[in-house]
Amino acid sequence: MLVAAEVLSVDNVVFVIGAMVSLIGAFFVVTSRNPVHAALNLVVTLFGVAVLFVSLHATFLAAVQVIVYAGAIVVLFLFVIMLLGVDREEAIEAEPLRGQRPVAFALGALILGELALLSSMRFATPPAEVLEGSITPLDPSKTNVEQLAEVIFTRYLLAFEMTSVLLVIAVVGAVVLARKPGRGFGLLASRVEDDATENAA
Amino acid sequence: MTLAALLAQGVPDRAPSVAHGAYLIIAALLFTIGAVGVLVRRNVLVMFMCVELMLNAVNLSFVAFASKLNDANGQVAVFFTLVVAAAEVVVGLGIVVAIFRRKKGTATADDVHILSG
Repeated sequence: MLVAAEVLSVDNVVFVIGAMVSLIGAFFVVTSRNPVHAALNLVVTLFGVAVLFVSLHATFLAAVQVIVYAGAIVVLFLFVIMLLGVDREEAIEAEPLRGQRPVAFALGALILGELALLSSMRFATPPAEVLEGSITPLDPSKTNVEQLAEVIFTRYLLAFEMTSVLLVIAVVGAVVLARKPGRGFGLLASRVEDDATENAA
Repeated sequence: MTLAALLAQGVPDRAPSVAHGAYLIIAALLFTIGAVGVLVRRNVLVMFMCVELMLNAVNLSFVAFASKLNDANGQVAVFFTLVVAAAEVVVGLGIVVAIFRRKKGTATADDVHILSG
């Protein structure tokens, strides 16, 4: 009875549920024929991973996972799917290239084997007590958000500022990529001309 | 000390009762599913979703190691990964829209070459 209670502890049950949900969702992302279903299964996976984050006490990241990933990125996916009108079934039975699937599964097995091999190897990374000074210990008396904020706005301040530059570049790049082809910067050019005529008047 | 032995140790205080190695196994499986998906599927959008799966697997292992080593830096790394993933999705979907503009209907990864020139 004691063993059963240990196995069925809340932590274990939450972990198993989160892991199963994320793996099943991931499986259906790959196998579903409809891109919309794939996107919705991606949401399921992201929720499962968020549950695992909570069980690892990374509460801020769990919230961000749901808000940014499930809330923004998947909605962006769905927007593009609807905008392009590709929300129909596709034939995934036929192999586009002969022998592609066996090779893909072989490579997948290779990745898994490699990860298993790596996890059984010896590494130069020293254990936590040697890393003293370079690590920022998680302090149970502070909330997760406070701790992350402290590290991001001190040690990683430059990187944090650079992410804003990265996001601006990404937005500008997306606008340039997704505009109608063949129009160049016509809109911009006419705006400049308008300004010029206004100034002349 | 091997990584597996490192993972078998518990962290005092707020360690979850589930071993951290279990999280890494889930992360490895998620990463493999994502990698196979990128190799198997031809729909550019679904391939993108599989890339997101791989990013999530890496995030999960980052958080597992952060918890294992009791270090907030691992969680900060995930924060930055999220930002880069958002930027990547925005640009990637821009490229997908550009492909579909030039080729109506069912565009696949084989049609990316129409963007040249």
